[in-house]
Amino acid sequence: MSKVIVVTSGKGGVGKTTTSASFSTALAMKGHKVAVIDFDVGLRNLDLIMGVERRVVYDFVNVVQGEASLKQALIKDKRIEGLYILAASQTRDKDALTLEGVEKVINDLKADGFDYIICDSPAGIEKGAQLALYFADEAIVVTNPEVSSVRDSDRILGILQAKSRRAEMGEDPVVEHLVLTRYNPTRVTAGEMLSKDDVVDLLSIKLLGVVPESQEVLNASNSGEPVVLNHDSDAAQAYVDIVERFLGADKEHRFLTEEKKGWLNKLFGKK
Amino acid sequence: MALLDYLLGQRKKKSAHLAKDRLQILLAHERTEAKAPDYLPKMRDEILQVIAKYVDIDQEQLKISIDEENGFEVLELNLVLPDEKR
Ligand SMILES: Nc1ncnc2c1ncn2[C@@H]1O[C@H](COP(=O)(O)OP(=O)(O)OP(=O)(O)O)[C@@H](O)[C@H]1O
Ligand SMILES: [Mg+2]
Repeated sequence: MSKVIVVTSGKGGVGKTTTSASFSTALAMKGHKVAVIDFDVGLRNLDLIMGVERRVVYDFVNVVQGEASLKQALIKDKRIEGLYILAASQTRDKDALTLEGVEKVINDLKADGFDYIICDSPAGIEKGAQLALYFADEAIVVTNPEVSSVRDSDRILGILQAKSRRAEMGEDPVVEHLVLTRYNPTRVTAGEMLSKDDVVDLLSIKLLGVVPESQEVLNASNSGEPVVLNHDSDAAQAYVDIVERFLGADKEHRFLTEEKKGWLNKLFGKK
Repeated sequence: MALLDYLLGQRKKKSAHLAKDRLQILLAHERTEAKAPDYLPKMRDEILQVIAKYVDIDQEQLKISIDEENGFEVLELNLVLPDEKR
């Protein structure tokens, strides 16, 4: 059975694309067949983060509009077996995607034997974001420990519960997971940042994982490799944990407290 | 230094607390608003039109909401009337 998972947030720039890239990559590394779709039509970022920008010939809009086949547009990842990317179009406007068109692409992917279809949502709570979440079975709500991000996450949760296909059809609700990212334990300890418990309390949703603020995320995007492939970094380990928990493993949450650095490490600024 | 850190820590502790308190109120409010029936804005406009026939009111002053209290649905209208001076 294939599962459709939307990565969504309401607020922009909180880490949806970073999360989509690493989550999909780690899922494929576990042996699943995964397609990750960029719903951010007009902006197109996922291909850059995944490092496949030069291999985009046809995109999601081409497929939806019948100008290319799914086979032609799916980009096979060269690092990880079973990982495929469907890029967004950079030139079309947001209305190029239709509900019927998106449904057909998702159904074709299911028929092709994909285990997971990951939808990287655009920011906002309007049409583009609603289209990205419409067919979802599960949702990863990406939130930063910050007031406006928490508020927008709450609004997107409301939309998941009211306007997704599952809600409209009266089926079981979309399963919601919280990924709290750009977490800074030092500031949480200092009382300057909402803690994971605060955010879980406010949103009343199950915590899938916490990703610490990490310089490796920028390094990863510079080099076009999902951060999860940089095994030494905290962010990578956090994303691996997230996928393992998603697949049912019982793993304790990590990276919640300030790392105690030895004076040598401090001196040489080793991360 | 430790004392200074301690004092600063005490003061800073407030900002995350403040964030949580503010969000708790805001989210509760926005959740009831999001659940409100679709006809509410239109009904609000029509009620405003009727009131405006009799009183010179500020459109923004009418607050209307549907809440649940003790298992009953309550339609709540709240309007501040202007001073007579106008
Ligand atoms: N854990 C992290 N640590 C540090 N920086 C991060 C982390 N996660 C994301 N970022 C940075 O935040 C920025 C936004 O990330 P990303 O593009 O994934 O967000 P997005 O939600 O997809 O944005 P948009 O709403 O524009 O699509 C990027 O510069 C990224 O490098
Ligand atoms: Mg993005």
